[in-house]
Amino acid sequence: MIRRRMIAVGLSYAALLLLAVLFVSPILLMVVGSLKPEARVLVEAGSFKAFVPGEWDLRNYRDVFARVDFGRYLFNSLFITGMVVLAGMVVNSLAGYAFARLAWRGRKLMFALVLAILILPLEAIAVPLFYQVTLFGWRDTYLVQIVPFVANAFFIYLFYTFFLGLPRELEEAARLDGAGVLRTFLIIIVPNSKPVFATVAILGFLIQWGVFLWPLMVTSGEAVRPLPLAIATFYTLPPLQWGDIFAFGVMMVLPILLVFLFFQRWFIRGVVAAGIKG
Amino acid sequence: MPHRTLISAGTLFALPALAGLLIFVAIPFLLAVGLSFTNLRLGSPLPLEFVGLTQFLRLFADEAFTRALWNNLLFTVVVVPVQTLLALGLALLLNRPLKGRALFRTLFFMPVVFPLALVSVVWILIYAPGPDGMLNSFLQLITLGHWQPRDFLHDPRLALPAIMLTSIWQGAGFQMVILLAGLQGIPEELYEAARIDGAGRWQRFRFITLPQLRNTLIFVMLVTTILAFRLFEQVQIMTRGGPRHATTTIMYEAVQAAFSRQQVAKGAAITVVFFLVVLLVTVLQRRLARQERS
Repeated sequence: MIRRRMIAVGLSYAALLLLAVLFVSPILLMVVGSLKPEARVLVEAGSFKAFVPGEWDLRNYRDVFARVDFGRYLFNSLFITGMVVLAGMVVNSLAGYAFARLAWRGRKLMFALVLAILILPLEAIAVPLFYQVTLFGWRDTYLVQIVPFVANAFFIYLFYTFFLGLPRELEEAARLDGAGVLRTFLIIIVPNSKPVFATVAILGFLIQWGVFLWPLMVTSGEAVRPLPLAIATFYTLPPLQWGDIFAFGVMMVLPILLVFLFFQRWFIRGVVAAGIKG
Repeated sequence: MPHRTLISAGTLFALPALAGLLIFVAIPFLLAVGLSFTNLRLGSPLPLEFVGLTQFLRLFADEAFTRALWNNLLFTVVVVPVQTLLALGLALLLNRPLKGRALFRTLFFMPVVFPLALVSVVWILIYAPGPDGMLNSFLQLITLGHWQPRDFLHDPRLALPAIMLTSIWQGAGFQMVILLAGLQGIPEELYEAARIDGAGRWQRFRFITLPQLRNTLIFVMLVTTILAFRLFEQVQIMTRGGPRHATTTIMYEAVQAAFSRQQVAKGAAITVVFFLVVLLVTVLQRRLARQERS
């Protein structure tokens, strides 16, 4: 019996290790490749040397900054993502609270609208939205990459379900002390809702950091383009130098990777929250 | 009714979000539906006309679009089961009390945080043609030299499977953590009772794990199906829909029509078809999940 269990554990580890190697090798290829002299990246991609840096070399990183305005793209991504996430937390939490706890005319109808919009992906509206923002004169701006994505039906829904689960006594005590609705929300509700704010912030960051389709449609200049679009362009920029491309990739994934590694528990909870809604 | 006096507060709280959803989601969606019944094409000398279902009829006669629809279907039929099974396997392995499972979970989840644009670029090198290409040499290694090097992304028969593999690599961790949470939500007593009744490992999986995990599995497959129909980045960056439409997708055709060829109405019609697919899949999932509850 014990012997059988040991074999089972051994087999589990063998399977996990094999799968882990397969999952990690593309990432390792990128990280190690970014540290190698350009001449060796492509040549060694087909052997185990792809995963051995040899002597370390930061030239590829310097190359990226010499060839394109990486700092600009990084700022663009950070600024757009930060604004969408921050403004989104304010706007969507207020709406979630209004749906969960406040009585107002049209609440039911509007909630039905939010639920209907929940299943509508950006792709389904991208074409008319593009012409709409063109009418607004918003092409090639930060605005066009921020404002349409602040209000988010799914995040409203997450806030709504979380606020529903809070005990009502919290608010009633505040109300008896004479606090208004906004004050009650800020002093009582927000401090007791850290998990849902963390979830929304992290999910928003994850989604926004990778956006590609929309900026591809609405930006044509370099000035306001975010990182995902920039790396697609950088890849097509001659001369094709994989070491530089990988260095670009490492630098672009680093912010979100750090957030993921430091806040892993919240990160996974957020993703699971996204998964449980069904 | 404690909040009767606060009608305006509720409206004010909800207003910014509702305005955003109305202006940037609801109205564009209605416009997409409206435009899809017209002949609008920017720069065209023809007057704007209501053309009924003409755009949709034309779409289904359009070789590139039907190929795109077919590719999305094929992608779904392969990626959804394969990725779900892989994720289920990973979740089952990580649900056991093994040392170091947190580390493994981190490793399997890591690709999920990688932007798809970056993933696509990195995998171009993995699929590099010739015997020096990473995947080519890996396949040669495990087939003991029998593999003939291929140019994956320019081979009409291998380009779509290559994009499938990349997508599975990037997405499996996402499903894994959701399934793992589902597994950890199954009450331990059920397994103990089954063990007392003498149920073996397979029987416990078949009669406890699977039924308990059913709704989670359905949900995970729904999300993956919808993602499969949104497929765009990989195609745009790795293959540009080619070779010969072999990897074109609904979204790629929509962007091509609306932006490269200024065919606004056609692009709108494509996105309406896309929406109908999403709607159909969602309704199907709700039906399946409800059956379970009753």
